Amino acid sequence: MSETTGQQSPAVENPAADVPEKRGYVSATTLVMSLLLGTYFGIVLTKSEVVRWQRVHDMFLFNEPHMYLIIGVGIAVAMISMLIIKGLKAKSIEGKPITYRPKPFHLGNIFGGMIFGAGWALTGACPGPIYAQIGAGTWMALLTLGGAFVGTILYASLKSKLPH
Amino acid sequence: MELLMQPWPWWVSGVLVGLIVPLLHLLAGKSFGISSSFQQLGAMCLSNSKLSYFREFDWRRGVWILVFVGGIALGGFVANNFLSAEPVEFLPPFYHSAGGALRLMIGGVLVGFGARYAGGCTSGHAISGISNLNWPSVVATIFFFVGGLAVTWGLGSFIF
Repeated sequence: MSETTGQQSPAVENPAADVPEKRGYVSATTLVMSLLLGTYFGIVLTKSEVVRWQRVHDMFLFNEPHMYLIIGVGIAVAMISMLIIKGLKAKSIEGKPITYRPKPFHLGNIFGGMIFGAGWALTGACPGPIYAQIGAGTWMALLTLGGAFVGTILYASLKSKLPH
Repeated sequence: MELLMQPWPWWVSGVLVGLIVPLLHLLAGKSFGISSSFQQLGAMCLSNSKLSYFREFDWRRGVWILVFVGGIALGGFVANNFLSAEPVEFLPPFYHSAGGALRLMIGGVLVGFGARYAGGCTSGHAISGISNLNWPSVVATIFFFVGGLAVTWGLGSFIF
């Protein structure tokens, strides 16, 4: 699986070609698009208010359908889009085939899922909104991110002992 | 412009949230998911770690996710400062306290641990996974709500 940048010119021969290529792990196109799409998504998360603790709390209290409707419509739009992409065998702008690598079932879906949900209710933020909150200047959210980092290290440490 | 500056309605928001999945595939060649950014951070900061979860993770390929979440932060800044009639109240006033800080830290640990144990969060499982008809993602999403509802209804009177 070699990843190319699509920019390599055959005219320029690298004499040290047997040295592992350090560049090209992620193409410049991917990085630029990641920044643009991240910004787009941060704006959408904030303007849709799914980044607000109160909205998440009201979702879990069944006070309003706002969050359920957004998640539901989001899934529907993404599903239709992916069916079209797969049906047309569309490729990415860099000409690579578009594939979804399925996430396998394991007990973490259940236990980890419940733990994640508890944290979501407590912080009012799933991972995307944490970054949007910090960017918008809600510095308290740095504690959420710090906690999430500690939680990830905790998982990495306990992984072999946990049921999967 | 007036409408743009107000909170966006659910149907606009839902469509725009859903479109991130095909857009990331088409333009960046990536599958949508955000909690892997935590593993990426760990792999970069602790690249000599004894923990295989970090050591064996190819952080050079994962650099895009940090750029993506950096973009989300930038988007939060732009939306709050230039696209909102009044500042967004992200956390309720009572969270700006020592008790609030404790809740965020503990909750943050649960978010990080749980999302990585579950193999994804709301983005990777609920949005991306379900829309790709990946049934374990349906299971994970159901249990996200089991955990969230249990805390909100079971412990809510103590916590909030």
